[in-house]
Amino acid sequence: MRKILVLFAHPKYEHSDANQALIHAIQDLENVQIRDLYELYPDFNINIQAEQEALFEYEVIIWQHPFYWYSCPPLLKQWIDLVLEYGWAYGTGGIFLKNKYIFNAFTSGGSRGIYSEQGKNRFTIEEFLRPFEQTAYLCNMRYLPPFHLGGTHRITETELSEKAEEYKNLVLSLRDSDQITLPYIQKA
Amino acid sequence: MDGFLFNAIIYILAAIVCVPIAKRLGMGAVLGYLIAGILVGPYGFEFIQDETQGQDIMHSTEFGVVMMLFLIGLELEPKNLWKMRDLILKVGLSQVLVTSGLIFGLGIVIGVDWRISLTAGLSMALSSTAIVLQSLKEKNQMNSPSGKMSFGVLLLQDIAVIPILAILPLLAVAGTVTSEAGHGGFLENQPGWIQTLMIFGAIGLVVLLGRFGFGPLLNWVSKTKLRELFTASALLIVVGIAYLMEMVGLSPALGTFLAGVILANSPYKHALESDLDPFKGLLLGLFFMAVGATINFNLIFSDAVSILSLTLGIILIKALVLGVIGKIKKLNLGENLSFSFGLAQVSEFSFVTYAFALQLGILATTTSDLLMAVTALSMTFTPVFSLVLDKLVVPILEKKSTKPKRESDEISEKNKVILVGFSHFGSTLGRFLRANGIEATVLDYNPDQVDLLRKMGFKVYFGDATRLDLLHSAGAEEAKILISAINSTETNKKLVELCQEHFPKLEIMIRAKNRYEAFELMEMGVENIYREHLDTSIRMGQEALQKLGFRAHTVLRLAAQFRKYDEDSLKILVKYRSNQAEYISKIRKQIEIQETLLSGELSRKFSMNDHVWDSDQLKDQND
Repeated sequence: MRKILVLFAHPKYEHSDANQALIHAIQDLENVQIRDLYELYPDFNINIQAEQEALFEYEVIIWQHPFYWYSCPPLLKQWIDLVLEYGWAYGTGGIFLKNKYIFNAFTSGGSRGIYSEQGKNRFTIEEFLRPFEQTAYLCNMRYLPPFHLGGTHRITETELSEKAEEYKNLVLSLRDSDQITLPYIQKA
Repeated sequence: MDGFLFNAIIYILAAIVCVPIAKRLGMGAVLGYLIAGILVGPYGFEFIQDETQGQDIMHSTEFGVVMMLFLIGLELEPKNLWKMRDLILKVGLSQVLVTSGLIFGLGIVIGVDWRISLTAGLSMALSSTAIVLQSLKEKNQMNSPSGKMSFGVLLLQDIAVIPILAILPLLAVAGTVTSEAGHGGFLENQPGWIQTLMIFGAIGLVVLLGRFGFGPLLNWVSKTKLRELFTASALLIVVGIAYLMEMVGLSPALGTFLAGVILANSPYKHALESDLDPFKGLLLGLFFMAVGATINFNLIFSDAVSILSLTLGIILIKALVLGVIGKIKKLNLGENLSFSFGLAQVSEFSFVTYAFALQLGILATTTSDLLMAVTALSMTFTPVFSLVLDKLVVPILEKKSTKPKRESDEISEKNKVILVGFSHFGSTLGRFLRANGIEATVLDYNPDQVDLLRKMGFKVYFGDATRLDLLHSAGAEEAKILISAINSTETNKKLVELCQEHFPKLEIMIRAKNRYEAFELMEMGVENIYREHLDTSIRMGQEALQKLGFRAHTVLRLAAQFRKYDEDSLKILVKYRSNQAEYISKIRKQIEIQETLLSGELSRKFSMNDHVWDSDQLKDQND
């Protein structure tokens, strides 16, 4: 059984039905730990050592967040800036994240369709997520395909609970399967 | 024309007339006092009948020098004095030895008796502590390279007084000396080893008292909260030490200087400074006037050429020796000139040696009078010289030198922040500043508190911050910020008034007890007001909301908004305060707004003006 850490960043979680649904689906699972960053660090003063120690014991890491202006909320960026230190996460001696699995689980108002060359956002989800992919790559991690909950503006309750169930199943399979068979990107 | 009051009026009047004029003309206060002295003296308006009377005044006001050295000692911490040891020994000793040697040699060459030459050489090697230090302080040059060297030289000269007084009796023709003529106090008749022992004992006593005696005394006295008692104690310390030093034949100035250095770390440093400073100033002023009054113009005019050339010769020799030393010590030309000519006068101490030598029969009365005239003249000339130097020579030199100007010499001891009040509030603030490398000059008015905090390693000074002189000595002129962490409305208001009037550049940050005090401070034009309960109460509220399930980041933003709202409303309300009726209705309106805001904040709408991260509007649009 793998241990899974969800780094969750939402500045206004109490107003996000979509993220509440996702979190509720996984929050009671064994070996799944959720770190609610906006609750832990409301003033952005991140405790770097505590974060690094927390990362240590988990094999799978999920960046869960809403998609704001084609990226994550600022506190998650702050987390990346501060926690992924040279000599710890990457560079000489930076081996502590090596071979851990990581991916983005994110919600967006717009549906998947508008994230394409023809759509109004002009680029695909994967293209927008390149900075995360490269961050994982530099840290020698295994970057898995993203989990995307799109079209939250118009989503029905049934659709939402289906999506939440899907998220839960993904998490469970990452936790329990002998081999992770999903494709991933990692430095050779 | 007798009577104490009348005399006092004459002196003070002369000073009040002459000193401001001298200052206006850029001559410095010392020269002003000297001129005032000449004017009231026997060759001016004859308020002082003869030179002897002038000398009497001089002797009694010499105490100003003693006080000045005590005050200078207060400014100088022991470790800084220790750093100066090289300067004092090398520069000071070489100056005294070379100068007295040269004058002695010159005397022999022109055929003066060797005993007289030696006496004159030793006396004239010394420079006037009073004039030099006063001028340096006036020109704010105590910390410049030349100022520091001057100070080092003067310190050694003060030490040199001891061996000089010891040597003089040996010069006297055997048999003509009677022991009563001695200057060394009651120890004169004791064998040498007892004298030495007593001298070390006295110095030890001063050190011990400084370390362990004066602190408790001042603490005890300050608890009475009677200011004059504190001043009296300060005087007692200085007078007591001076007396002790005279008893064992040491220079009182040196003794009080030592005591000052020891007390430099004491919490009462600034209070002592501000209490003694006026005494020092008055006594020194009188002293300089007395010097002016003792100049025997009859004698000078009777043999003007030789006396003038003698005076100028002495000044030149002294300046030359000092100049060479300054050159070796790599002073630049401007600094070196002010160093060498600044110290080129003969010391007031030589009046003592001449009188002593006269008693010992080394000098004849005419010689002694001549030397005294030279001394007084040299004291008058040097301020003139330095005036010429400062106004004419140095500007030219500075223009010529292509080198960039020296950086300021060393970090001065004054801090950028003055923190008034070191109670729970102030100490937290002070600790926070200190944790981030900012040392504040702390003033507090509770002696026990001060002692306790001193023991814990804080630099806290005892004193009432609403006293202008204390603020001055705490460095309010150079400081950037004054923080008041006291909770008395009255004191705060007084402090604000003082600062606004005397230190307009000083930024003031004031702790306010409540809304009403904040109003008063706002009306006085204070911009940085900190209500002591505002932040804590909001923070408590924040955590209460969190315990009720509010999100931490949301609460943080709500709190920031609430605080801004509260501060803003204060600024509006203060405008209506004078009109009571309008004020009340305004308050009502504010409460209404506050209520709407609060209910808005409580609803799911987060707050009336805050739509960040809301996607409600987006939802209506096309994807």
